[in-house]
Amino acid sequence: MNLYLDLFCTFARIGGLTFGGGYAMLPILEKEVVENKGWCSEEDLTDYYAIGQCTPGVIAVNTATFVGEKKAGKPGGIVATLGVVAPSLVIITVIAAFLRNFADNPYVIHAFSGIRVAVTVLVLNTVIKLLKSNVLKKGLPTLILFCLVLAASFFLGISSIALVVAAMIWGLFFGLAIHKKEVSA
Amino acid sequence: MILLRLFFEFFKTGLFAIGGGLATLPFLREMSETTGWFTQTELLDMVAVSESTPGPIGVNMATYVGFTTAGIPGAVIATLGLITPSVIIVLIVAGFLKRFKDSKVVAAVFGGLRPASTALIAAVLLSLVVMNFWNQTLFDAQGLFAALKWKHLLLAGVIFAGTKVFKKWHPAIFLLAGAAAGIVFSL
Repeated sequence: MNLYLDLFCTFARIGGLTFGGGYAMLPILEKEVVENKGWCSEEDLTDYYAIGQCTPGVIAVNTATFVGEKKAGKPGGIVATLGVVAPSLVIITVIAAFLRNFADNPYVIHAFSGIRVAVTVLVLNTVIKLLKSNVLKKGLPTLILFCLVLAASFFLGISSIALVVAAMIWGLFFGLAIHKKEVSA
Repeated sequence: MILLRLFFEFFKTGLFAIGGGLATLPFLREMSETTGWFTQTELLDMVAVSESTPGPIGVNMATYVGFTTAGIPGAVIATLGLITPSVIIVLIVAGFLKRFKDSKVVAAVFGGLRPASTALIAAVLLSLVVMNFWNQTLFDAQGLFAALKWKHLLLAGVIFAGTKVFKKWHPAIFLLAGAAAGIVFSL
């Protein structure tokens, strides 16, 4: 299949299967983009997700642009982004035009309650995977950083942008210090 | 020239709303006041629909507002307006990253970024857990046992086991199973 068409269709599928925020997209992205297509690595996805939180715009869109760009340059980034928004355009237009009471329908409410449980489980699996590759194998300073950011975000509600910038400075400090040690040893 | 105005308003939202779909909400509230395209009550309905349909919430909101304001062309223009700034910025950042991917400084920065990103996702997970399995009102009134949503927890256990046994299955199958269980057991 033509690469651009493949990008568009794959991201349309991902957009159509994203229930909730950008985080809900991660398990699907992992399956489609990392496992099935091999367009980027899991580390790449984590990077895109973090950068997507501090660049303007919707995270799902930012991630789609990143992956598309990596695979097929600037046109790839644009095609993947159009793919990820296509299902919303169709579904929302139909609902806005014909199903004004959609969100009040008891079946819809129950179905989404169940979907949210499934999303929680899928995100749990993603977090376990990411913990193994990005945190547990990387030594004590990394583990400490993980715990600090988790606590600051969940308990103190500090903004993601502030935390990402702080983590980059931390990484710069520790990363270069470790590198210097290796060079002098 | 409502289409041009729609594009511009959503371009602004896409440029300044940082950190996920619901970050667009304050901008949309302001838009409702300054343009009169939709009321605050309509906006709440749009949030409800955007949260209970597939697709990124911010994109759903833009499509909904655009459609309400100017029909199908409005839906398309508003959505394009929302995504244009972030596409431009991400393409610039991606180009920058490619150019400096071998730099030690960039590698060190990512060494801090990855665990932090993992922690942010883990924090989202914790809030999902609280939202889906915990009832604070019942906890205040009747204590721990009543506060836990047992049906939801049981479903989560079954789905988790399913993802471990059927590792090759597409995640969408588990979402579908969740939806079916939600309807059958009135979650």
